[in-house]
Amino acid sequence: MKKSVQYFTINAVERLDAEHILIEAVSPVPLQGILPGQFVNIDVEKSKTTFLRRPISIHDVDEAKNSMKIFVKAVGDGTRAIYEMQKGEKLNTMFPLGNSFSYSNSQKPLLVGGGFGLAPLYYLAKKIAQNGIRPTVIVGARNSKNIFLTEKFQDIADVHVATNDGSLGEKGMVTEHSLFTNLENFDKIFVCGPEPMMKAVGKIAVSKNVECEVSLENTMACGIGSCLCCVADTKDGHVCVCTEGPVFNIKDLKW
Amino acid sequence: MVDLSFKIKDLYFKNPVLTASGTFGYGPEFDDFVDVSELGGVIVKGTTLEHREGNPYPRMAETPSGMLNAVGLQNKGIDYFIKHIYSEIKSYKTNMIVNVSGSAVKDYVEVAEKLNHLDAIPAIELNISCPNVKEGGMAFGTSCESAQSVISAVRKVYKKVMIVKLSPNVTDIASIAKTAEDEGADAVSLINTLLGMAIDAEKRRPILSTVTGGLSGPAVKPVALRMVWQVSKAVKIPIIGLGGIMNATDAIEFFLAGASAIQIGTANFIDPEISIKVIKGIEEYMLRHNFKTIDEMVGKLEC
Repeated sequence: MKKSVQYFTINAVERLDAEHILIEAVSPVPLQGILPGQFVNIDVEKSKTTFLRRPISIHDVDEAKNSMKIFVKAVGDGTRAIYEMQKGEKLNTMFPLGNSFSYSNSQKPLLVGGGFGLAPLYYLAKKIAQNGIRPTVIVGARNSKNIFLTEKFQDIADVHVATNDGSLGEKGMVTEHSLFTNLENFDKIFVCGPEPMMKAVGKIAVSKNVECEVSLENTMACGIGSCLCCVADTKDGHVCVCTEGPVFNIKDLKW
Repeated sequence: MVDLSFKIKDLYFKNPVLTASGTFGYGPEFDDFVDVSELGGVIVKGTTLEHREGNPYPRMAETPSGMLNAVGLQNKGIDYFIKHIYSEIKSYKTNMIVNVSGSAVKDYVEVAEKLNHLDAIPAIELNISCPNVKEGGMAFGTSCESAQSVISAVRKVYKKVMIVKLSPNVTDIASIAKTAEDEGADAVSLINTLLGMAIDAEKRRPILSTVTGGLSGPAVKPVALRMVWQVSKAVKIPIIGLGGIMNATDAIEFFLAGASAIQIGTANFIDPEISIKVIKGIEEYMLRHNFKTIDEMVGKLEC
């Protein structure tokens, strides 16, 4: 799909707590061919202190309704201003950016989300389900308050939870979950979350010889490969996360 | 009708809006958003003799009304450019200009010599002002003697239009501009980024891997305007102004201060269509103010 800048209209907001919001916004142009793992770059026009666009994962796409969902955590001024947005407001959106998870050759996929890192995995699970495969999803977080949206996966995936304090699902880090003891049951792992968590998952994947893709979240300026700010260190040298990623096979990263 | 064209020596530009090196890739990155051929010119990413990996991540920090970068001239080197990128960009119907960087005079000379032979590259921008490399770069642009050494050496071998990009990290930019003119530069462009830094107070660490980086965006515009104005009093060659231009009004301010053309840099990151919008905005301003040519507007600051 050709990249462009469009004003999306927010038609639903769901504030999950004081920091997390799920926004549904309608595109003025047809939303066809968006790939799971891609992201948008939003110009937060209402935040005086936010100069650059904010890269945000695409959480879901409804081609029939021409709408897209984004799951946003208010971290700084820019994302806080997005959190405060209301139905009817316009989102200045550059999209679709980045590559995609390569899921088509996976028969037994495992999707691993670290808390808020669940954001891009819903659309991936949906696409996998459309191919007639029911993916397994595991979400890890510090505690139950940081587990979001898992109920939305239940129609299309088998969902598991791990929390550090045991307040929901199995107790422990996501990599300590019982699913990881038989990781060979899966042929590919798709991960999004904090970098230490992705590295931990990646390390186990390598040791068990299972393919593993991770979605990186480097700070960006342009989102289209022109500023060279968001680079990841790969076996081919520095490459832009915004164009060569955000999804990388861990064997290509210098982790 | 207004005439937006201008010339540097014999090189014709259909309009005075160029995109700044390091902010527009090689052009194709923006094909989805604009017709690159409508621009006055594109200054491609800083190109060095050898492949450079640039600095480690993180290389960017957002700042009030701007950003710091410490990319460090990541590029695949001049031979890769000639072999793989040139063919992809030579059909653009605009002036494709290569920004030339190096860590030694002989590197600049060698890159410039190679560019002489590319028909679709009518000019170079000599970058003696990159703040993000350990050797060379800005070091050449911060004293008249070192600027003289690199500019005169390149001038001896490069036959087409040579623009020299100046560093703002100097006490007297006008004297460096005068040196560039005396050594045969056909134009000067200014300003490159201002050396700055950003700190993460919670972590008590610098945000950039290199600690310092180059500041760009609207935060630097007042400094850029002042320097363009000072340089315009010192040299006769055309000035290409840049630094924080976000819209046509900003661009007009640079013309009034003495620039004959402008570059859009950081603004490309926020609005990838901004360069084309600025061309239209300049035309509208000229109609409103009865300027028929760019030249009539240059330096028309009343003070």
